[in-house]
Amino acid sequence: MVKLIIPVSKPEEGAAGLTGIWRSFKPIIDQEKCKHCLMCWLYCPEGAIERIGEDKLTVKINYDYCKGCGICADICPFKAITMVREE
Amino acid sequence: MGVSKVLTGNYAVANAVKLAKVQVVAAYPITPQTTIVEKIAQFVENGELNAKYIRVESEHSAMAACIGASATGARAFTATSSHGLMYMSEVVWWAGLGKFPMVMAVVTRALAPPWSIWSEHNDVLAHRDCGWIIFFAEDNQEVLDLTIQSFRISEDEKVLQPVMVTLDAFILSHTATPVSIPNQSDVDGYLPPPGSRRLPFILDPANPLTHGNLAYPRNFMEFRYEIERSMGNARRIIVEAGREYGKITGRYYDSLIEPYRCSDADAVLICMGSSAGDAKDAVDILRDEGYNIGAVKLRTIRPFPYEELRDICRNKRIIGVVDRDYSFGFGGIMHGEIKSALSDLHIPVQGFIAGLGGRDIRVEDFIQMGRKLYHIIESGVGEFPPIWINLRREVFR
Repeated sequence: MVKLIIPVSKPEEGAAGLTGIWRSFKPIIDQEKCKHCLMCWLYCPEGAIERIGEDKLTVKINYDYCKGCGICADICPFKAITMVREE
Repeated sequence: MGVSKVLTGNYAVANAVKLAKVQVVAAYPITPQTTIVEKIAQFVENGELNAKYIRVESEHSAMAACIGASATGARAFTATSSHGLMYMSEVVWWAGLGKFPMVMAVVTRALAPPWSIWSEHNDVLAHRDCGWIIFFAEDNQEVLDLTIQSFRISEDEKVLQPVMVTLDAFILSHTATPVSIPNQSDVDGYLPPPGSRRLPFILDPANPLTHGNLAYPRNFMEFRYEIERSMGNARRIIVEAGREYGKITGRYYDSLIEPYRCSDADAVLICMGSSAGDAKDAVDILRDEGYNIGAVKLRTIRPFPYEELRDICRNKRIIGVVDRDYSFGFGGIMHGEIKSALSDLHIPVQGFIAGLGGRDIRVEDFIQMGRKLYHIIESGVGEFPPIWINLRREVFR
């Protein structure tokens, strides 16, 4: 069997690497202000916002892949997400 | 041994594609390539070739369709020329760098402006760095033979790179000559069954894959090196495929170059494509006049026939390189490559520029170039930049 190095990948989480390292601003969710409308989950262009909890209505950001674009903070009707400069 | 037919270079390609039982053909017309895909369309229409024939809206899409077909393991083919190749260019790189086996016929044609439909090699040479194996054919028989061999070379597990077979506009593409066509059963035995590649990265809806995903700097260089390894393997596989082809046809192709009367020569003229035959005629005439000269035809330019050329040129007193192409501000493209390959042998390498935009390169022109090489041996003075053959200098007065 010939060993081959071919640029193919499985379509799965992390196939393009940990894109979170590109981030310069980090979105922080204030769970007190969150009304579970899921707008941030809907708008996140990277699919980096997860729905957790029994009813899948609590949102959680996956910082391994969140690039810090800020769309979630901008779209949030309750200003529950703030962008904080990365250390 | 098959049959002999009078075929144009383009019909020779189409016949080879039919014999190779290509499964997917993506077609977009451009002069002087059009009659290749026209003829294939006829073969598909009358049931002689069972292929999916995709009429695309551009050359860019033609290559994209071939990449998709190749990714699923199908045997794919397209053909183009000149501006079509340039428009396709981005995806030509994708095919080479992504290691997608397929075969493309390119009819060499000058780029505009000024508008031209005649032969020049710049269109192909603009794609010499993109991971394609590149053949130059001398005549219509070689066009057919190399096209059939290309499928075997391209799909070899040790190669898995796309292959370009190039033929000169009109001189081959539209000129009919006798061509010997092998039997279908012989070609069936020579090529692997179409679509028989069973590699772990074959695209399959049941096993989804992404081709060409992001590679970070930490991983990137190895993919490039792998292509270079494949090109290295291709040197051996091309020769092997050429020898095996000889067993079914009697026509053996056992080197990346074809030397002609070189063994005892002092001077060697190197050229490629359709003018190689005229170079050989010129060698015969010059030999009768007492010049110890030979000619070399480059059959591939990628992989570059490095060892073969060095072996032939090692003990010569001078080498001439005839380029039907030009890199502005530099010189002949193959002249530069060959000079670099021979640099440590300390042999003068004289460049000649000829035949741009389809201007004839006649036997007399090769004779003049041969004599010029001897003048340089005697005077010890070569010319840089290269000598332009049959340039109408009065235009510049």
